[in-house]
Amino acid sequence: MTSKIEESYVHRRLEAHRPLTAKHVFLQWEWLLVLIFVGVLVMNTMLSPYFLNITSLRDATMVFLDKSFIVFPMAFIMIMKEIDISVGSTVALSSVGMATAYNVFGLPMEAAIVVCLVVGALCGLFNGFLITKFPELSAVIVTLATMILYRGIAYIILEDQASGNFPEWFGFFGWGYVYGVPFILIVFVGIAIAFGLLLHKTTFGRKVFAIGHNDVTSKFSGVNVKKTKLIVYTLAGLMAAVTAVFLASRMGSTRPNIANAYELDVIAMAALGGISTAGGKGRLIGTVIAIFIVGYLQYGLGLINIPSQTLMIVIGALLLFAVVVPKIKDLRKS
Amino acid sequence: MGEIVMELKNITKTFPGVTALNNVSFVLEKGQIHALMGENGAGKSTFIKVITGVHKADAGEILLDGRPITFSNPNEAKAKGIAAIYQHATNYPDLNVTENIFMGHEKISPKTKRILWKEMHDEAKGILRSLGSAINPKQEMGTLSVAQQQIVEIAKAISTNARIIIMDEPTAALTTRESEELYRIAEKLRDQGTAIIFISHRFEDMYRLASKVTVLRDANYIGCWAVDDITNKNLIIAMVGREINQIFPKKEHTIGEEVFRVENLRKIGYFADISFSLHKGEILGLTGLVGAGRTELCETLAGIEKYDNGFIYLHGQKEKFKNPKDAMQKGVGYLPEDRQKSGLILQWGIGRNITLPTLENYSTKGWLNEKRESLKAKEIAEKLHVKALSVFDLVSSLSGGNQQKISVAKLLTTDLDVIILDEPTKGVDIGAKAAIYKIINELANEGYSVILVSSEMPEVIGLSDRVAVMREGRLVKIIDAHEVSQESILAAAMGEVQPGGEDVCQPI
Repeated sequence: MTSKIEESYVHRRLEAHRPLTAKHVFLQWEWLLVLIFVGVLVMNTMLSPYFLNITSLRDATMVFLDKSFIVFPMAFIMIMKEIDISVGSTVALSSVGMATAYNVFGLPMEAAIVVCLVVGALCGLFNGFLITKFPELSAVIVTLATMILYRGIAYIILEDQASGNFPEWFGFFGWGYVYGVPFILIVFVGIAIAFGLLLHKTTFGRKVFAIGHNDVTSKFSGVNVKKTKLIVYTLAGLMAAVTAVFLASRMGSTRPNIANAYELDVIAMAALGGISTAGGKGRLIGTVIAIFIVGYLQYGLGLINIPSQTLMIVIGALLLFAVVVPKIKDLRKS
Repeated sequence: MGEIVMELKNITKTFPGVTALNNVSFVLEKGQIHALMGENGAGKSTFIKVITGVHKADAGEILLDGRPITFSNPNEAKAKGIAAIYQHATNYPDLNVTENIFMGHEKISPKTKRILWKEMHDEAKGILRSLGSAINPKQEMGTLSVAQQQIVEIAKAISTNARIIIMDEPTAALTTRESEELYRIAEKLRDQGTAIIFISHRFEDMYRLASKVTVLRDANYIGCWAVDDITNKNLIIAMVGREINQIFPKKEHTIGEEVFRVENLRKIGYFADISFSLHKGEILGLTGLVGAGRTELCETLAGIEKYDNGFIYLHGQKEKFKNPKDAMQKGVGYLPEDRQKSGLILQWGIGRNITLPTLENYSTKGWLNEKRESLKAKEIAEKLHVKALSVFDLVSSLSGGNQQKISVAKLLTTDLDVIILDEPTKGVDIGAKAAIYKIINELANEGYSVILVSSEMPEVIGLSDRVAVMREGRLVKIIDAHEVSQESILAAAMGEVQPGGEDVCQPI
């Protein structure tokens, strides 16, 4: 006699559609993020009368969205149980590359932008190459080395000088509007949708999750682990270069020390967005909300002249909250 | 009847939604080796955890030396002389043997509080010698074989003055020779008065060692017998709850033309001179002692590892597989030995696991069609009679046997000619074994060519059309089904010297 449970399984047809239960819809991390986001808006509105109006909310995005492009590929990297801390340096090196191409080599600005994107992608590709070629090295160490390396090269090229004098139209990236919507916001939405679809709707995204859970199984199942990692790291470099374009445009020039510690902000936003550093888990919609939470928090506290140190405390506490809350359930179990 | 050291009376333990132990009783005597048997999920692990103080029983009592006792944590059980040795050794691979043995109860100088390394090394050496082992106590744990690590675990138990030692599937990863060594040590401990609870899926372990056997099934206590009084058949009935007449299905497959051929394949340091052919609808058993190079050979055949010399032919065409994906596309699939580490993604549902190797089939230009995907997964999972509710059930929630079915299902999504199964029934219970045997046989009937790698002789003999035996990286013999026997396989695997012949094994 087999057990009763087993008996009832025998010859049972398997369900192929996921039942849509309240638990699946409402008990999700993203709802908590939405609550925090609303909380941030409410708090800011109470603190400053200048906060809650469409123009200020709109224009704030121009300030905080630049680094957000890197959050998406960083989410991919973290889902694969890896990390890239060289992205801030990649922003600096690619923007310096762009400025040098324009000011020293006299290339047209369009070509200089292409140079920027190529430099960024190459930086990412190099990270990916090192990490896949030497799997025994941890990604933290490899990208720590390239973080110092890329920043160092940027300093050698510009020697702590600013380099700017870009043509006037280049300012459009950082300051332009299309039908009253900041250009950066439009690009952000486009890139967010593209990465979201890539992660959640394609075979490529599925492989990223598979690698994060178990790279051996993935390899045995015919997933090209190295190729997938190479592509993702290259995307991270490319998005760092996109950030470089918007940042240089907004500031009107670039320096070797720009985008300092961006990697930490980026990783924090991804983690707050529910991307697990243990690999295999996370949704991009969460990171989008997290970007806006951090962005408006920064902007709102800036409005009432709260020093940036206080802001660090708030963001640190938020992040701690984000990583601890999912663990509370486990704690009670044991 | 000997002196009773431990007695469990009507132990019940429930977890939310599941009764893990229901009214279980158990009597353990001094100097007794008591086998505990049952299928996976029968409650053996919970039973152990109750004895070792990891779980607290909801009802019933534990008597130690006739006095009732409760353990509120594992350390209390340890202090009372109860030690457990697990299947997967739970040790510190980067520390040396002595440190492992004395972990948690180091010898410390009462005055200076310094660690007495010399004394610890000496005592470790002494215990190991008393077990008849020549392991150097200063050696790093991770460099030892699984068998040696288990001996160290036993030494650890002895160093804590354990009177009751629980061995949970200690022979699962051991070769025949290593198991023999373990039996010897277990018998020695028994003769010194230690009581041993021995858990194993291998019947030979039980017959060889135990004097009593207690059977659990579906959380219930079924009975306790003297090993000499119970037949194999009755024991299976007790464990499974029904008679398994036909563990091995009837061979009905017809063998067709040659599909796969390997010539003089060699990977330096692993195997050499491997030549064999495989026909359509044929099951080729591949056996040999653990460490004979079987897994390395299989991983090479499946495109995971590279080889140095030799040729692989598929349908008469010379092939060199670039990676596992390439091998799969050309028609060779591999089921890895360790399904949890390299076969499945445990945190995923059944469906996603099944479709991982063939994602491209359910997508157009890279866009996944999840509906098509889950329907395919459902179809294959049902074909293999996977016991679950939906294709979204997490693989980690399935039993070992059902997990293995999912591993097999992954292979069936691709259009394969050759399927390499590496230890497909490792760690699954007897009911699930029979189901997997049936699946393997059906695969051959459908025209797949199967390479079945296994250390279990009855399985190789019962299923294979031919049996290839490996020894020290070489394919030493291919035996036809009608000539195959445990003796002929063992003779080839152990390298028995033929009369008048000389056994020379060249370095690879």
